Amino acid sequence: MSSATPRTRPRRLGPGDRIFLTVIIGIPLAALLFFVWLPALASLGLSFTTWDGIELADIHWIGLDNYKEIFTNYPPFWPAVRHNVIWLLFTALLPTPFGIFLAYQLDRKIRFTRIYQTAIFLPMVLSLAVVGFIWEIIYNPDTGLLNGILNAAGSGHHIDWLGNPDLNLWAVLIASGWRHTGYIMILYLAGLKGFDPALKEAAALDGANGRQTFLRVVFPALKPVNIIILVVTVMESLRAFDIVYVLGGGVGSKPGMELLSLLITDNIIGESSHIGYGSALAVVLLLVSLAAIGTFLVQTFRKEDQ
Amino acid sequence: MRESQTRKTTSAPRRQTGRHLMLAGIALLWLVPLLWAVYTSLRPYSDTAKHGYLSWPRSLSLGNFTDAWNQSGMPHFFWNSVLITVPSVLGTLLFSAAVAFFVSRFDFRWNIVLLMLFTAGNLLPAQVLITPLYRLYLLVPLPQWMSDSLLLYNSAWGIIAIHIAYQSGFCTFVLSNYMKTIPKEISEAALVDGAPVWRQFFQIILPLCRPAFAALATLESIWIYNDFFWPLALIESGDKRPITSALANLQGAYFTNPNLIAAGALMTAIPTLLVYFALQRQFISGLTIGSGKG
Repeated sequence: MSSATPRTRPRRLGPGDRIFLTVIIGIPLAALLFFVWLPALASLGLSFTTWDGIELADIHWIGLDNYKEIFTNYPPFWPAVRHNVIWLLFTALLPTPFGIFLAYQLDRKIRFTRIYQTAIFLPMVLSLAVVGFIWEIIYNPDTGLLNGILNAAGSGHHIDWLGNPDLNLWAVLIASGWRHTGYIMILYLAGLKGFDPALKEAAALDGANGRQTFLRVVFPALKPVNIIILVVTVMESLRAFDIVYVLGGGVGSKPGMELLSLLITDNIIGESSHIGYGSALAVVLLLVSLAAIGTFLVQTFRKEDQ
Repeated sequence: MRESQTRKTTSAPRRQTGRHLMLAGIALLWLVPLLWAVYTSLRPYSDTAKHGYLSWPRSLSLGNFTDAWNQSGMPHFFWNSVLITVPSVLGTLLFSAAVAFFVSRFDFRWNIVLLMLFTAGNLLPAQVLITPLYRLYLLVPLPQWMSDSLLLYNSAWGIIAIHIAYQSGFCTFVLSNYMKTIPKEISEAALVDGAPVWRQFFQIILPLCRPAFAALATLESIWIYNDFFWPLALIESGDKRPITSALANLQGAYFTNPNLIAAGALMTAIPTLLVYFALQRQFISGLTIGSGKG
Protein backbone atom coordinates (compact mmCIF):
# COMPACT_ATOMS: atom_id res chain seq x y z
CA MET A 1 0.00 0.00 0.00
CA SER A 2 3.04 2.27 -0.04
CA SER A 3 1.95 3.78 -3.33
CA ALA A 4 -1.32 5.00 -1.80
CA THR A 5 -1.56 8.76 -1.68
CA PRO A 6 -3.44 10.92 0.77
CA ARG A 7 -6.31 12.69 -0.88
CA THR A 8 -7.51 15.38 1.45
CA ARG A 9 -4.86 15.52 4.13
CA PRO A 10 -3.14 18.90 4.07
CA ARG A 11 0.15 17.81 5.55
CA ARG A 12 2.37 15.23 3.83
CA LEU A 13 3.27 12.14 5.78
CA GLY A 14 6.95 11.78 6.51
CA PRO A 15 8.97 8.76 5.40
CA GLY A 16 8.88 7.33 8.94
CA ASP A 17 5.10 7.63 8.97
CA ARG A 18 4.85 5.88 5.63
CA ILE A 19 7.02 3.00 6.78
CA PHE A 20 4.99 2.66 9.97
CA LEU A 21 1.67 2.64 8.09
CA THR A 22 2.97 0.16 5.51
CA VAL A 23 4.05 -2.20 8.27
CA ILE A 24 0.85 -2.01 10.31
CA ILE A 25 -1.34 -2.62 7.27
CA GLY A 26 1.08 -4.94 5.46
CA ILE A 27 1.52 -7.61 8.12
CA PRO A 28 -2.19 -8.12 8.94
CA LEU A 29 -3.05 -8.02 5.25
CA ALA A 30 -0.42 -10.63 4.40
CA ALA A 31 -1.70 -12.86 7.21
CA LEU A 32 -5.29 -12.45 6.03
CA LEU A 33 -4.45 -13.24 2.41
CA PHE A 34 -2.23 -16.19 3.26
CA PHE A 35 -4.35 -17.88 5.91
CA VAL A 36 -7.87 -17.00 4.79
CA TRP A 37 -8.25 -15.88 1.18
CA LEU A 38 -5.61 -18.15 -0.37
CA PRO A 39 -7.22 -21.27 1.17
CA ALA A 40 -10.68 -20.05 0.16
CA LEU A 41 -9.56 -19.71 -3.47
CA ALA A 42 -7.74 -23.03 -3.33
CA SER A 43 -10.96 -24.69 -2.14
CA LEU A 44 -12.69 -23.28 -5.18
CA GLY A 45 -9.98 -24.82 -7.38
CA LEU A 46 -10.09 -28.18 -5.61
CA SER A 47 -13.84 -28.40 -6.10
CA PHE A 48 -13.19 -29.11 -9.81
CA THR A 49 -10.88 -32.01 -9.04
CA THR A 50 -10.87 -35.47 -7.59
CA TRP A 51 -8.35 -36.10 -4.86
CA ASP A 52 -7.88 -38.45 -1.93
CA GLY A 53 -5.96 -35.79 -0.04
CA ILE A 54 -2.64 -37.67 0.13
CA GLU A 55 -0.30 -37.10 -2.86
CA LEU A 56 -0.52 -33.76 -4.63
CA ALA A 57 0.27 -35.57 -7.90
CA ASP A 58 -3.03 -37.44 -7.57
CA ILE A 59 -5.12 -34.33 -8.04
CA HIS A 60 -7.09 -34.76 -11.25
CA TRP A 61 -9.19 -32.15 -12.95
CA ILE A 62 -12.74 -33.35 -13.51
CA GLY A 63 -14.54 -30.11 -14.22
CA LEU A 64 -18.05 -29.86 -12.88
CA ASP A 65 -18.49 -33.57 -12.09
CA ASN A 66 -18.45 -33.06 -8.33
CA TYR A 67 -21.23 -30.51 -8.61
CA LYS A 68 -23.28 -32.74 -10.91
CA GLU A 69 -22.81 -35.62 -8.49
CA ILE A 70 -23.80 -33.52 -5.48
CA PHE A 71 -26.97 -32.19 -7.02
CA THR A 72 -28.16 -35.42 -8.58
CA ASN A 73 -26.63 -38.39 -6.84
CA TYR A 74 -25.61 -37.65 -3.27
CA PRO A 75 -28.44 -38.76 -0.99
CA PRO A 76 -27.63 -36.63 2.10
CA PHE A 77 -27.24 -33.39 0.11
CA TRP A 78 -30.84 -32.28 -0.27
CA PRO A 79 -31.79 -33.28 3.29
CA ALA A 80 -28.80 -31.20 4.44
CA VAL A 81 -29.98 -28.21 2.42
CA ARG A 82 -33.48 -28.66 3.79
CA HIS A 83 -32.15 -28.85 7.36
CA ASN A 84 -30.03 -25.74 6.88
CA VAL A 85 -33.12 -23.90 5.62
CA ILE A 86 -35.18 -25.18 8.56
CA TRP A 87 -32.35 -24.08 10.86
CA LEU A 88 -32.37 -20.62 9.34
CA LEU A 89 -36.15 -20.23 9.46
CA PHE A 90 -36.38 -21.51 13.02
CA THR A 91 -33.58 -19.24 14.24
CA ALA A 92 -34.90 -16.23 12.36
CA LEU A 93 -38.47 -16.70 13.56
CA LEU A 94 -38.05 -17.74 17.21
CA PRO A 95 -34.78 -17.06 19.08
CA THR A 96 -33.90 -13.92 17.10
CA PRO A 97 -37.16 -11.99 17.68
CA PHE A 98 -37.23 -13.31 21.24
CA GLY A 99 -33.71 -11.97 21.85
CA ILE A 100 -34.77 -8.59 20.44
CA PHE A 101 -37.87 -8.63 22.64
CA LEU A 102 -35.79 -9.37 25.75
CA ALA A 103 -33.30 -6.64 24.88
CA TYR A 104 -36.14 -4.15 24.53
CA GLN A 105 -37.55 -5.18 27.91
CA LEU A 106 -34.15 -5.02 29.59
CA ASP A 107 -33.16 -1.69 28.08
CA ARG A 108 -35.59 0.23 30.32
CA LYS A 109 -33.88 1.14 33.49
CA ILE A 110 -35.24 -1.61 35.70
CA ARG A 111 -33.70 -3.29 38.70
CA PHE A 112 -31.89 -6.62 38.45
CA THR A 113 -31.37 -6.06 34.75
CA ARG A 114 -27.78 -7.24 35.00
CA ILE A 115 -28.89 -10.50 36.61
CA TYR A 116 -31.43 -11.18 33.89
CA GLN A 117 -28.92 -10.31 31.20
CA THR A 118 -26.31 -12.61 32.70
CA ALA A 119 -28.69 -15.56 33.01
CA ILE A 120 -29.81 -15.30 29.41
CA PHE A 121 -26.36 -14.56 28.00
CA LEU A 122 -24.70 -17.32 30.02
CA PRO A 123 -25.17 -20.10 27.42
CA MET A 124 -23.28 -17.95 24.92
CA VAL A 125 -20.27 -17.95 27.22
CA LEU A 126 -20.15 -21.75 27.25
CA SER A 127 -18.43 -23.61 24.45
CA LEU A 128 -20.66 -25.51 22.08
CA ALA A 129 -18.97 -28.67 23.25
CA VAL A 130 -20.17 -27.93 26.78
CA VAL A 131 -23.59 -26.87 25.53
CA GLY A 132 -23.75 -30.12 23.60
CA PHE A 133 -22.89 -32.08 26.69
CA ILE A 134 -25.45 -30.26 28.85
CA TRP A 135 -28.21 -31.08 26.39
CA GLU A 136 -27.00 -34.66 26.15
CA ILE A 137 -27.84 -35.17 29.82
CA ILE A 138 -31.23 -33.64 29.19
CA TYR A 139 -32.06 -35.60 26.04
CA ASN A 140 -30.51 -38.96 26.96
CA PRO A 141 -33.28 -41.54 26.44
CA ASP A 142 -32.44 -43.54 29.60
CA THR A 143 -30.96 -41.12 32.10
CA GLY A 144 -31.95 -37.73 30.73
CA LEU A 145 -33.98 -35.08 32.51
CA LEU A 146 -36.67 -34.84 29.85
CA ASN A 147 -37.64 -38.51 29.79
CA GLY A 148 -37.29 -38.55 33.58
CA ILE A 149 -39.91 -35.82 33.87
CA LEU A 150 -42.14 -37.49 31.29
CA ASN A 151 -41.92 -40.80 33.15
CA ALA A 152 -42.57 -39.16 36.50
CA ALA A 153 -45.64 -37.60 34.92
CA GLY A 154 -46.66 -41.15 34.06
CA SER A 155 -46.56 -40.92 30.30
CA GLY A 156 -44.68 -44.19 29.96
CA HIS A 157 -43.22 -43.08 26.64
CA HIS A 158 -39.59 -43.76 25.97
CA ILE A 159 -38.46 -41.13 23.51
CA ASP A 160 -35.04 -41.19 21.89
CA TRP A 161 -34.80 -37.43 21.35
CA LEU A 162 -31.47 -37.45 19.54
CA GLY A 163 -31.84 -40.82 17.81
CA ASN A 164 -35.24 -40.36 16.24
CA PRO A 165 -34.71 -38.76 12.78
CA ASP A 166 -38.06 -36.98 13.01
CA LEU A 167 -37.22 -35.35 16.32
CA ASN A 168 -33.48 -34.88 16.61
CA LEU A 169 -33.16 -31.77 14.45
CA TRP A 170 -35.73 -30.00 16.60
CA ALA A 171 -34.06 -31.15 19.79
CA VAL A 172 -30.78 -29.67 18.55
CA LEU A 173 -32.54 -26.50 17.42
CA ILE A 174 -33.87 -25.93 20.92
CA ALA A 175 -30.37 -26.23 22.33
CA SER A 176 -29.05 -23.89 19.65
CA GLY A 177 -31.87 -21.38 20.19
CA TRP A 178 -31.14 -21.41 23.90
CA ARG A 179 -27.74 -20.05 23.01
CA HIS A 180 -28.68 -17.78 20.12
CA THR A 181 -31.27 -15.80 22.12
CA GLY A 182 -28.65 -14.41 24.49
CA TYR A 183 -26.35 -13.46 21.64
CA ILE A 184 -29.04 -11.49 19.84
CA MET A 185 -30.17 -9.94 23.12
CA ILE A 186 -26.69 -8.58 23.84
CA LEU A 187 -26.17 -7.26 20.31
CA TYR A 188 -29.53 -5.54 20.38
CA LEU A 189 -29.00 -4.15 23.87
CA ALA A 190 -25.79 -2.60 22.62
CA GLY A 191 -27.72 -1.11 19.72
CA LEU A 192 -30.47 0.24 21.98
CA LYS A 193 -27.90 1.95 24.19
CA GLY A 194 -26.85 4.03 21.21
CA PHE A 195 -30.46 4.91 20.45
CA ASP A 196 -31.55 8.51 20.92
CA PRO A 197 -34.05 8.51 23.82
CA ALA A 198 -35.63 11.75 22.56
CA LEU A 199 -37.24 9.77 19.73
CA LYS A 200 -38.86 7.44 22.23
CA GLU A 201 -40.09 10.34 24.33
CA ALA A 202 -41.58 11.99 21.28
CA ALA A 203 -43.43 8.79 20.46
CA ALA A 204 -44.71 8.54 24.04
CA LEU A 205 -45.96 12.13 23.90
CA ASP A 206 -47.79 11.29 20.71
CA GLY A 207 -49.60 8.60 22.68
CA ALA A 208 -47.87 5.55 21.24
CA ASN A 209 -47.88 2.47 23.45
CA GLY A 210 -44.80 0.31 24.01
CA ARG A 211 -45.43 -1.98 21.08
CA GLN A 212 -46.19 0.83 18.66
CA THR A 213 -43.13 2.76 19.82
CA PHE A 214 -40.96 -0.27 19.19
CA LEU A 215 -42.38 -1.28 15.84
CA ARG A 216 -42.78 2.19 14.33
CA VAL A 217 -39.94 4.15 15.93
CA VAL A 218 -37.20 2.09 17.55
CA PHE A 219 -36.96 -0.87 15.18
CA PRO A 220 -36.76 1.14 11.94
CA ALA A 221 -34.25 3.55 13.48
CA LEU A 222 -31.91 0.71 14.42
CA LYS A 223 -31.32 -0.40 10.86
CA PRO A 224 -27.54 -0.88 11.26
CA VAL A 225 -28.06 -3.24 14.20
CA ASN A 226 -30.87 -5.03 12.41
CA ILE A 227 -28.54 -5.74 9.51
CA ILE A 228 -25.86 -7.08 11.84
CA ILE A 229 -28.44 -9.31 13.51
CA LEU A 230 -29.71 -10.55 10.19
CA VAL A 231 -26.19 -11.43 9.08
CA VAL A 232 -25.35 -13.09 12.40
CA THR A 233 -28.52 -15.16 12.17
CA VAL A 234 -27.92 -16.23 8.58
CA MET A 235 -24.24 -16.99 9.12
CA GLU A 236 -24.82 -18.93 12.34
CA SER A 237 -27.53 -20.97 10.63
CA LEU A 238 -25.36 -21.78 7.65
CA ARG A 239 -22.27 -22.50 9.70
CA ALA A 240 -24.05 -24.51 12.38
CA PHE A 241 -21.61 -27.26 13.20
CA ASP A 242 -20.26 -27.78 16.70
CA ILE A 243 -23.51 -28.42 18.52
CA VAL A 244 -24.67 -30.97 15.96
CA TYR A 245 -21.23 -32.52 15.83
CA VAL A 246 -21.26 -33.03 19.59
CA LEU A 247 -24.89 -34.10 19.97
CA GLY A 248 -24.61 -36.36 16.91
CA GLY A 249 -21.56 -38.08 18.35
CA GLY A 250 -18.73 -36.89 16.09
CA VAL A 251 -17.84 -37.41 12.44
CA GLY A 252 -20.55 -39.02 10.32
CA SER A 253 -23.88 -37.30 9.78
CA LYS A 254 -26.76 -38.84 11.67
CA PRO A 255 -30.06 -39.40 9.87
CA GLY A 256 -32.28 -36.41 10.50
CA MET A 257 -29.35 -34.17 11.42
CA GLU A 258 -27.52 -33.77 8.10
CA LEU A 259 -26.16 -30.26 7.60
CA LEU A 260 -23.89 -28.85 4.90
CA SER A 261 -21.06 -28.13 7.36
CA LEU A 262 -21.19 -31.72 8.60
CA LEU A 263 -21.20 -33.20 5.09
CA ILE A 264 -18.12 -31.14 4.22
CA THR A 265 -16.37 -32.29 7.38
CA ASP A 266 -17.35 -35.91 6.70
CA ASN A 267 -15.84 -35.80 3.23
CA ILE A 268 -12.70 -33.94 4.23
CA ILE A 269 -11.82 -35.26 7.67
CA GLY A 270 -13.68 -38.57 7.67
CA GLU A 271 -12.04 -41.93 7.13
CA SER A 272 -12.12 -41.86 3.34
CA SER A 273 -11.21 -38.38 2.18
CA HIS A 274 -12.96 -37.07 -0.89
CA ILE A 275 -11.33 -33.67 -0.97
CA GLY A 276 -12.68 -32.55 -4.33
CA TYR A 277 -16.14 -33.59 -3.32
CA GLY A 278 -15.94 -31.94 0.07
CA SER A 279 -14.57 -28.78 -1.54
CA ALA A 280 -17.45 -28.66 -3.98
CA LEU A 281 -19.83 -28.90 -1.02
CA ALA A 282 -17.83 -26.15 0.67
CA VAL A 283 -18.15 -23.95 -2.41
CA VAL A 284 -21.92 -24.46 -2.40
CA LEU A 285 -21.94 -23.32 1.23
CA LEU A 286 -19.61 -20.46 0.32
CA LEU A 287 -21.88 -19.24 -2.47
CA VAL A 288 -24.90 -19.23 -0.19
CA SER A 289 -22.84 -17.44 2.48
CA LEU A 290 -21.59 -14.90 -0.05
CA ALA A 291 -25.16 -13.88 -0.74
CA ALA A 292 -25.47 -12.97 2.94
CA ILE A 293 -22.00 -11.42 3.11
CA GLY A 294 -22.66 -9.38 -0.03
CA THR A 295 -25.94 -8.00 1.28
CA PHE A 296 -24.25 -7.07 4.50
CA LEU A 297 -21.25 -5.38 2.89
CA VAL A 298 -23.34 -3.44 0.41
CA GLN A 299 -25.71 -2.24 3.13
CA THR A 300 -22.87 -1.34 5.48
CA PHE A 301 -20.41 0.32 3.18
CA ARG A 302 -22.65 1.97 0.60
CA LYS A 303 -23.11 5.16 2.56
CA GLU A 304 -19.41 5.38 3.39
CA ASP A 305 -18.43 5.09 -0.24
CA GLN A 306 -20.17 8.34 -1.10
CA MET B 1 -34.03 5.41 38.58
CA ARG B 2 -37.49 6.56 37.60
CA GLU B 3 -36.95 10.21 38.41
CA SER B 4 -34.18 10.34 35.87
CA GLN B 5 -36.61 9.48 33.13
CA THR B 6 -39.08 11.88 31.69
CA ARG B 7 -41.33 9.38 29.99
CA LYS B 8 -44.77 8.85 31.42
CA THR B 9 -44.99 6.14 34.05
CA THR B 10 -48.62 6.22 35.17
CA SER B 11 -49.25 2.49 35.46
CA ALA B 12 -45.59 1.82 36.13
CA PRO B 13 -45.63 -0.10 39.44
CA ARG B 14 -47.97 -2.82 38.21
CA ARG B 15 -46.25 -3.11 34.86
CA GLN B 16 -42.87 -3.29 36.54
CA THR B 17 -44.00 -6.20 38.72
CA GLY B 18 -45.38 -8.02 35.73
CA ARG B 19 -42.23 -7.40 33.77
CA HIS B 20 -40.07 -8.64 36.63
CA LEU B 21 -42.13 -11.80 36.97
CA MET B 22 -41.81 -12.48 33.27
CA LEU B 23 -38.08 -11.73 33.10
CA ALA B 24 -37.34 -13.73 36.26
CA GLY B 25 -39.30 -16.65 34.84
CA ILE B 26 -37.42 -16.54 31.55
CA ALA B 27 -34.06 -16.13 33.30
CA LEU B 28 -34.80 -19.13 35.50
CA LEU B 29 -35.95 -21.21 32.54
CA TRP B 30 -32.70 -20.29 30.79
CA LEU B 31 -30.69 -21.47 33.78
CA VAL B 32 -32.44 -24.84 34.13
CA PRO B 33 -30.12 -26.81 31.78
CA LEU B 34 -27.08 -25.35 33.49
CA LEU B 35 -28.41 -25.97 36.99
CA TRP B 36 -29.25 -29.52 35.99
CA ALA B 37 -25.65 -30.04 34.91
CA VAL B 38 -24.43 -28.60 38.20
CA TYR B 39 -26.78 -30.87 40.14
CA THR B 40 -25.64 -33.92 38.17
CA SER B 41 -22.00 -33.06 38.69
CA LEU B 42 -22.44 -32.78 42.47
CA ARG B 43 -23.93 -36.25 42.87
CA PRO B 44 -21.84 -39.39 43.21
CA TYR B 45 -22.20 -41.82 40.31
CA SER B 46 -23.28 -44.64 42.66
CA ASP B 47 -26.17 -42.54 43.94
CA THR B 48 -27.58 -41.73 40.52
CA ALA B 49 -26.95 -45.27 39.26
CA LYS B 50 -29.10 -46.62 42.09
CA HIS B 51 -31.85 -44.05 42.30
CA GLY B 52 -31.90 -42.54 38.83
CA TYR B 53 -30.96 -39.01 37.84
CA LEU B 54 -34.35 -37.55 38.61
CA SER B 55 -34.26 -38.22 42.33
CA TRP B 56 -33.55 -36.45 45.59
CA PRO B 57 -29.88 -36.42 46.53
CA ARG B 58 -28.59 -38.70 49.31
CA SER B 59 -25.26 -36.92 49.28
CA LEU B 60 -23.64 -34.07 47.39
CA SER B 61 -19.92 -33.61 46.99
CA LEU B 62 -17.24 -32.12 44.82
CA GLY B 63 -15.75 -35.58 44.27
CA ASN B 64 -16.54 -35.60 40.55
CA PHE B 65 -14.70 -32.33 40.11
CA THR B 66 -11.54 -33.57 41.79
CA ASP B 67 -11.75 -36.87 39.90
CA ALA B 68 -12.21 -35.18 36.53
CA TRP B 69 -9.37 -32.79 37.35
CA ASN B 70 -6.98 -35.56 38.37
CA GLN B 71 -7.89 -38.40 36.03
CA SER B 72 -8.16 -36.73 32.67
CA GLY B 73 -5.13 -34.48 32.69
CA MET B 74 -7.28 -31.36 32.71
CA PRO B 75 -4.55 -29.04 34.06
CA HIS B 76 -2.45 -29.93 31.04
CA PHE B 77 -5.26 -29.18 28.56
CA PHE B 78 -6.11 -25.95 30.36
CA TRP B 79 -2.54 -24.87 29.90
CA ASN B 80 -2.77 -25.71 26.18
CA SER B 81 -5.85 -23.50 25.98
CA VAL B 82 -4.11 -20.62 27.72
CA LEU B 83 -1.13 -20.93 25.36
CA ILE B 84 -3.47 -20.65 22.39
CA THR B 85 -6.06 -18.18 23.66
CA VAL B 86 -3.93 -15.44 25.21
CA PRO B 87 -1.62 -14.82 22.21
CA SER B 88 -4.54 -15.21 19.79
CA VAL B 89 -6.66 -12.58 21.54
CA LEU B 90 -3.76 -10.14 21.93
CA GLY B 91 -2.65 -10.66 18.35
CA THR B 92 -6.17 -10.25 17.00
CA LEU B 93 -6.68 -7.01 18.90
CA LEU B 94 -3.30 -5.61 17.84
CA PHE B 95 -3.73 -6.51 14.16
CA SER B 96 -7.26 -5.24 13.95
CA ALA B 97 -6.46 -2.05 15.83
CA ALA B 98 -3.70 -1.40 13.27
CA VAL B 99 -5.95 -2.05 10.29
CA ALA B 100 -8.83 -0.10 11.81
CA PHE B 101 -6.48 2.82 12.50
CA PHE B 102 -5.29 2.74 8.91
CA VAL B 103 -8.72 2.61 7.28
CA SER B 104 -10.52 4.96 9.65
CA ARG B 105 -8.02 7.77 10.22
CA PHE B 106 -6.39 8.17 6.81
CA ASP B 107 -8.04 8.83 3.49
CA PHE B 108 -6.36 6.23 1.35
CA ARG B 109 -8.09 5.18 -1.80
CA TRP B 110 -8.45 1.44 -1.10
CA ASN B 111 -9.74 1.74 2.45
CA ILE B 112 -13.21 0.39 1.74
CA VAL B 113 -11.80 -2.53 -0.22
CA LEU B 114 -9.43 -3.32 2.63
CA LEU B 115 -12.19 -3.15 5.18
CA MET B 116 -14.40 -5.38 3.05
CA LEU B 117 -11.59 -7.90 2.57
CA PHE B 118 -11.10 -8.18 6.33
CA THR B 119 -14.77 -8.22 7.25
CA ALA B 120 -15.76 -10.73 4.58
CA GLY B 121 -12.86 -12.99 5.56
CA ASN B 122 -14.37 -13.48 8.97
CA LEU B 123 -17.72 -14.39 7.45
CA LEU B 124 -16.36 -17.30 5.39
CA PRO B 125 -17.37 -20.66 6.83
CA ALA B 126 -14.38 -22.40 8.43
CA GLN B 127 -15.02 -25.58 6.43
CA VAL B 128 -14.32 -23.69 3.22
CA LEU B 129 -10.75 -23.05 4.34
CA ILE B 130 -9.84 -26.25 6.03
CA THR B 131 -8.40 -28.52 3.31
CA PRO B 132 -6.01 -26.03 1.70
CA LEU B 133 -5.10 -24.74 5.13
CA TYR B 134 -4.18 -28.25 6.21
CA ARG B 135 -1.90 -28.68 3.16
CA LEU B 136 -0.44 -25.24 3.69
CA TYR B 137 0.37 -26.11 7.29
CA LEU B 138 2.22 -29.21 6.11
CA LEU B 139 4.37 -27.06 3.85
CA VAL B 140 5.38 -24.31 6.26
CA PRO B 141 8.50 -25.24 8.25
CA LEU B 142 9.06 -23.97 11.78
CA PRO B 143 12.26 -24.15 13.83
CA GLN B 144 12.57 -26.82 16.49
CA TRP B 145 12.06 -24.39 19.38
CA MET B 146 8.67 -23.40 18.03
CA SER B 147 7.27 -26.75 17.02
CA ASP B 148 8.53 -30.26 17.65
CA SER B 149 6.80 -31.34 14.45
CA LEU B 150 9.03 -28.80 12.64
CA LEU B 151 5.87 -27.70 10.83
CA LEU B 152 3.04 -25.25 11.28
CA TYR B 153 0.88 -28.36 11.31
CA ASN B 154 0.44 -29.91 14.74
CA SER B 155 1.66 -26.83 16.57
CA ALA B 156 -0.02 -24.18 18.71
CA TRP B 157 1.48 -21.49 16.43
CA GLY B 158 -0.65 -22.70 13.57
CA ILE B 159 -3.83 -22.42 15.62
CA ILE B 160 -2.82 -18.97 16.86
CA ALA B 161 -2.11 -17.83 13.29
CA ILE B 162 -5.46 -18.89 11.89
CA HIS B 163 -7.34 -17.42 14.86
CA ILE B 164 -5.62 -14.05 14.41
CA ALA B 165 -6.10 -13.98 10.64
CA TYR B 166 -9.70 -15.15 10.78
CA GLN B 167 -10.92 -13.13 13.79
CA SER B 168 -9.26 -9.87 12.76
CA GLY B 169 -12.12 -9.23 10.35
CA PHE B 170 -14.77 -8.88 13.02
CA CYS B 171 -12.59 -6.76 15.33
CA THR B 172 -11.44 -4.53 12.49
CA PHE B 173 -15.05 -3.87 11.62
CA VAL B 174 -16.02 -2.95 15.18
CA LEU B 175 -12.84 -0.97 15.91
CA SER B 176 -12.95 1.03 12.68
CA ASN B 177 -16.51 2.09 13.47
CA TYR B 178 -15.32 3.02 16.93
CA MET B 179 -12.31 5.00 15.73
CA LYS B 180 -14.47 6.97 13.32
CA THR B 181 -16.31 8.38 16.34
CA ILE B 182 -13.06 9.81 17.72
CA PRO B 183 -12.87 13.44 16.52
CA LYS B 184 -10.36 14.08 13.75
CA GLU B 185 -9.23 17.21 15.60
CA ILE B 186 -7.48 15.05 18.16
CA SER B 187 -5.07 13.57 15.62
CA GLU B 188 -4.78 16.87 13.79
CA ALA B 189 -3.66 18.54 17.00
CA ALA B 190 -1.04 15.84 17.36
CA LEU B 191 0.10 16.38 13.76
CA VAL B 192 0.48 20.10 14.33
CA ASP B 193 2.59 19.32 17.36
CA GLY B 194 4.79 17.27 15.06
CA ALA B 195 3.97 13.89 16.61
CA PRO B 196 4.75 11.01 14.27
CA VAL B 197 1.93 8.69 13.24
CA TRP B 198 3.14 5.82 15.43
CA ARG B 199 2.83 8.00 18.53
CA GLN B 200 -0.68 9.00 17.53
CA PHE B 201 -1.54 5.34 17.23
CA PHE B 202 -0.02 4.11 20.47
CA GLN B 203 -0.46 7.15 22.70
CA ILE B 204 -3.72 8.70 21.53
CA ILE B 205 -5.94 6.32 19.60
CA LEU B 206 -5.26 3.03 21.37
CA PRO B 207 -5.94 4.40 24.89
CA LEU B 208 -9.18 6.02 23.66
CA CYS B 209 -10.40 2.66 22.34
CA ARG B 210 -10.26 1.00 25.73
CA PRO B 211 -14.04 0.34 26.01
CA ALA B 212 -14.13 -1.29 22.59
CA PHE B 213 -11.09 -3.38 23.49
CA ALA B 214 -12.83 -4.60 26.65
CA ALA B 215 -15.88 -5.72 24.71
CA LEU B 216 -13.85 -7.36 21.95
CA ALA B 217 -11.48 -9.02 24.40
CA THR B 218 -14.49 -10.58 26.12
CA LEU B 219 -16.04 -11.86 22.91
CA GLU B 220 -12.79 -13.02 21.37
CA SER B 221 -11.61 -14.81 24.51
CA ILE B 222 -14.91 -16.66 24.62
CA TRP B 223 -14.84 -17.57 20.93
CA ILE B 224 -11.21 -18.54 20.71
CA TYR B 225 -11.17 -20.47 23.96
CA ASN B 226 -14.33 -22.31 22.96
CA ASP B 227 -13.34 -23.08 19.40
CA PHE B 228 -12.57 -26.68 18.68
CA PHE B 229 -12.81 -26.94 14.92
CA TRP B 230 -9.30 -25.71 14.04
CA PRO B 231 -7.49 -27.90 16.59
CA LEU B 232 -9.59 -30.86 15.50
CA ALA B 233 -8.27 -30.51 11.96
CA LEU B 234 -4.86 -28.93 12.44
CA ILE B 235 -3.49 -30.61 15.55
CA GLU B 236 -2.70 -34.28 15.27
CA SER B 237 -1.48 -35.14 18.77
CA GLY B 238 -4.27 -35.36 21.31
CA ASP B 239 -2.04 -34.04 24.08
CA LYS B 240 -1.50 -30.73 22.24
CA ARG B 241 -5.17 -29.95 21.87
CA PRO B 242 -6.93 -27.28 23.92
CA ILE B 243 -9.40 -28.23 26.60
CA THR B 244 -12.53 -27.91 24.45
CA SER B 245 -11.43 -30.55 21.98
CA ALA B 246 -9.90 -32.62 24.76
CA LEU B 247 -13.32 -32.66 26.41
CA ALA B 248 -14.50 -34.83 23.55
CA ASN B 249 -11.84 -37.38 24.56
CA LEU B 250 -13.09 -37.22 28.13
CA GLN B 251 -16.57 -37.98 26.87
CA GLY B 252 -15.24 -40.92 24.92
CA ALA B 253 -13.25 -42.33 27.82
CA TYR B 254 -15.86 -41.83 30.54
CA PHE B 255 -19.08 -41.93 28.57
CA THR B 256 -20.61 -44.26 31.15
CA ASN B 257 -20.21 -41.72 33.92
CA PRO B 258 -22.17 -38.57 33.03
CA ASN B 259 -21.63 -37.15 36.52
CA LEU B 260 -17.91 -37.05 35.97
CA ILE B 261 -18.26 -35.57 32.49
CA ALA B 262 -20.66 -32.94 33.81
CA ALA B 263 -18.03 -31.89 36.32
CA GLY B 264 -15.35 -31.78 33.62
CA ALA B 265 -17.57 -29.85 31.22
CA LEU B 266 -18.48 -27.28 33.86
CA MET B 267 -14.84 -26.81 34.80
CA THR B 268 -13.90 -26.02 31.21
CA ALA B 269 -16.45 -23.21 31.30
CA ILE B 270 -14.93 -21.49 34.33
CA PRO B 271 -12.30 -19.37 32.50
CA THR B 272 -14.82 -17.86 30.08
CA LEU B 273 -17.23 -17.21 32.95
CA LEU B 274 -14.47 -15.38 34.82
CA VAL B 275 -13.62 -13.28 31.77
CA TYR B 276 -17.26 -12.43 31.25
CA PHE B 277 -17.86 -11.43 34.86
CA ALA B 278 -14.64 -9.45 35.04
CA LEU B 279 -15.36 -7.43 31.90
CA GLN B 280 -19.17 -7.42 32.09
CA ARG B 281 -19.46 -3.75 32.96
CA GLN B 282 -17.50 -2.61 29.95
CA PHE B 283 -18.93 -5.30 27.73
CA ILE B 284 -22.16 -3.79 26.46
CA SER B 285 -21.01 -0.18 26.55
CA GLY B 286 -17.98 -1.19 24.50
CA LEU B 287 -20.08 -2.92 21.87
CA THR B 288 -22.45 0.02 21.68
CA ILE B 289 -20.44 2.38 19.60
CA GLY B 290 -19.34 -0.31 17.19
CA SER B 291 -22.82 -1.30 16.19
CA GLY B 292 -25.39 1.21 17.31
CA LYS B 293 -24.40 4.44 15.68
CA GLY B 294 -24.52 3.74 11.99
